[in-house]
Amino acid sequence: SPNSLPHSTPFSIKSTNTHKNQKTFLNLSAPLPLLNKSIPKSYKLTFGFHFEFPHLLIFHNPPFFFNFKKMASIFQGVGTATTLSSSASFDSNKFHPSSRRSLSERKVSFLVVRSDAAKMNPGLNKIGGRADQLVTNAVATKPDTSAASTAASKSGHELLLFEALREGLEEEMERDSRVCIIGEDVGHYGGSYKVSKGLAPKYGDLRVLDTPIAENAFTGMGIGAAMMGLRPIIEGMNMGFLLLAFNQISNNCGMLHYTSGGQFKIPVVIRGPGGVGRQLGAEHSQRLESYFQSIPGIQMVACSTPYNAKGLMKAAIRSDNPVILFEHVLLYNLKETIPDEEYVLNLEEAEMVRPGEHVTILTYSRMRYHVMQAAKTLVNKGYDPEVIDIRSLKPFDLHMIGNSVKKTHRVLIVEECMRTGGIGASLTAAINENFQDFLDAPIVCLSSQDVPTPYAGTLEEWTVVQPPQIVAAVEQLCR
Amino acid sequence: MAFSGAKIIQPLPLHTTIRSPNNPLLFDPFTSSPFLGSTRTLRLSQSISASQRRCASHIVAVSDVFKEKKLKSNTNLLLTKEEGLQVYEDMILGRAFEDMCAQMYYRGKMFGFVHLYNGQEAVSSGFIKLLKKEDSVVSTYRDHVHALSKGVPARAVMSELFGKKTGCCRGQGGSMHMFSAEHNVLGGFAFIGEGIPVATGAAFASKYRREVLKEADCDHVTLAFFGDGTCNNGQFFECLNMAALWKLPIIFVVENNLWAIGMSHLRSTSDPEIWKKGPAFGMPGVHVDGMDVLKVREVAKEAIGRARRGEGPTLVECETYRFRGHSLADPDELRDPAEKARYAARDPITALKKYLIESKLANEAELLAIEKKIEEVVEDAVEFADESPAPSRSQLLENVFADPRGFGIGPDGSYRCEDPKFTEGTAQV
Repeated sequence: SPNSLPHSTPFSIKSTNTHKNQKTFLNLSAPLPLLNKSIPKSYKLTFGFHFEFPHLLIFHNPPFFFNFKKMASIFQGVGTATTLSSSASFDSNKFHPSSRRSLSERKVSFLVVRSDAAKMNPGLNKIGGRADQLVTNAVATKPDTSAASTAASKSGHELLLFEALREGLEEEMERDSRVCIIGEDVGHYGGSYKVSKGLAPKYGDLRVLDTPIAENAFTGMGIGAAMMGLRPIIEGMNMGFLLLAFNQISNNCGMLHYTSGGQFKIPVVIRGPGGVGRQLGAEHSQRLESYFQSIPGIQMVACSTPYNAKGLMKAAIRSDNPVILFEHVLLYNLKETIPDEEYVLNLEEAEMVRPGEHVTILTYSRMRYHVMQAAKTLVNKGYDPEVIDIRSLKPFDLHMIGNSVKKTHRVLIVEECMRTGGIGASLTAAINENFQDFLDAPIVCLSSQDVPTPYAGTLEEWTVVQPPQIVAAVEQLCR
Repeated sequence: MAFSGAKIIQPLPLHTTIRSPNNPLLFDPFTSSPFLGSTRTLRLSQSISASQRRCASHIVAVSDVFKEKKLKSNTNLLLTKEEGLQVYEDMILGRAFEDMCAQMYYRGKMFGFVHLYNGQEAVSSGFIKLLKKEDSVVSTYRDHVHALSKGVPARAVMSELFGKKTGCCRGQGGSMHMFSAEHNVLGGFAFIGEGIPVATGAAFASKYRREVLKEADCDHVTLAFFGDGTCNNGQFFECLNMAALWKLPIIFVVENNLWAIGMSHLRSTSDPEIWKKGPAFGMPGVHVDGMDVLKVREVAKEAIGRARRGEGPTLVECETYRFRGHSLADPDELRDPAEKARYAARDPITALKKYLIESKLANEAELLAIEKKIEEVVEDAVEFADESPAPSRSQLLENVFADPRGFGIGPDGSYRCEDPKFTEGTAQV
């Protein structure tokens, strides 16, 4: 029955960090990702909390006039079917928060640097030293879940996503003096999105290098410096600008470790904001993850919360591979409480946002929030979506995704890339290849329209996937 | 063709550009301090700013100075016997190796694009023989001889060309990607202009080491070799700007052989005098006769010294010529045979041989012995490469990532790199 649904807390995103009552709020003072239509007051009162995506109420059709009884019976039927087919490992406590966390924590804790756990190998701190973190088994370690939750600090600190990125940067720069930042306006200006604010006065103009407007050349410069032992972080003021650096990223960044026979490593981090913003125009609203995904030799990750932004930034800096870290223009002002102690996330892993039973929704970056918004509606309608933030765009975490597919048998991919050749297209292919037998229905992939992002607000809104479309897709899929 | 080769016979006039007090630099790098954080730079610039000012305001073609020196005294030789023989041996090695490459290519031992350096040996030997092991060299696809001059064994280069696993890049790079971490050869780049930013980065790393990591004795310089065609590419200009802006210890060596495959330099460039582009960015631009290894060496000494002292980059244009086509697949029909003959008469190896014998630094027998020795080295390299095994299948994906976890987590939960067969490319990625 609908009462057994796990959802009871107000709008929150359950993320795989060590905090019990983790809440992620959209900073209300920041520009809202979607059209800021004014909501009639009555709706606000009815729902009892501030609804971030107001026009969902307006567009949702038909909204609330369901025959709930019929809905419940359908759901029960669906629910039973899935319960019978689900694996025996899931017991009745499957929605218990701590067990949920233990499943995902197994992977997260593997490379998490905990203050309580064995202190970091001092070799890591030496210049040129690198503790051998070669993985022998990604899954088998079974951390003591009680220790994990008690080890979590009871108090974290609240900050915005761009501040989390900066914290990650600062900690890594403090830890290893070979880490430097190269980009336009990263130094004196503090970064066009203030990600590197305060770092130039602290570390000097050579470590936080303001470059002239020459993306191709300074990306190549970063690569050359990396070959000689430094660990540069190359910032593209907007991801789209990195199109000018495509030569260096594709030919040198991705290839040099291979063509040199393994003699030179390129431990660069290429980062910058991308994605569709608020009426930024076509060129500033590009999604470069689809263009870069074929380049062999690079890794791509996309951050979506302050917690994973900091963790992924640190992991990317410590990685010996070239990593492209995709941030999103509209997510810089997300506020979250993150742990005080140091943590590093795993670059190759996905993040379980909301476990569920009926359908697997795979998403990343800004679309995560659209999906979670749709999830609210879906839950009210009686669905139980499992939401996974894939985080690692290249390579895909087929383990978490696969486990989810094996559980729910239905996949919906929600992405901001364009329809043609996007991350969703690759992910669809990968899932079809690997988990064909477990699918009850063809994979549905919701992507942006194949159009240069228009300036007009209405057109721009229709370019990207909106929560009602996600809801409709899930309903279609679960029919 | 509108411009015949005849215009180029005479060495280009030696220009002297003096920055007069009437045209001061708009941005004086010596008084303003661009770097806030590193006080070391401030101290450095303050103490030697006067001399720097003096040096930078006169941009002279150094071969001018050299010519005067030579005329004045002929007892003062330009190099010692040891140096002379070293340079000679290096040039002979370059020539013999490239000739052998051509032979091997036509015998089907190597494939693809192979670009030979015949005729340009003076540039490589003139510059690279002055470097330390820690200095870096960045080149283009015409990189065999740069690698050899820097110290990469002939065996390793030949194996790489044959595509064997004993090659310097395990057979994965090929002719256009000669890398050596041990000898600091940073490639080997197939697209022209692509290596210049990498060279700039290596120079930046050297400066970083000195100023941020406080490795006080780090004065490693980087040489970036590229051709005349590259000088019309955006990356070239972007890097000239950055190198001059931050006074990076780099020398941009233009091997102007007048031809970019079939495109004459004069047809593609609005101002063919490339050395002039240096002062436009605030660095000395020098033109030198690239067929004369001694002149190149003098200029190189000056430029490398400048870079080591932290005075910044230099742009050196070497007027040189390639005796063969652009690559082994190039029929080389477009160039005037008369032009080729003229430059053949200026063969750098014969010129140096003549100089060594005439200045009594060496006799015929010694030089012949060197040539024999090099012949053996090259033949041994071919034998070694022939006998080396080809790479095995397991090598296919080994070096894609420095950290092989980058291949990701497979459906079974373990990292793909843990599968012992994953490097063969049979595992699904």
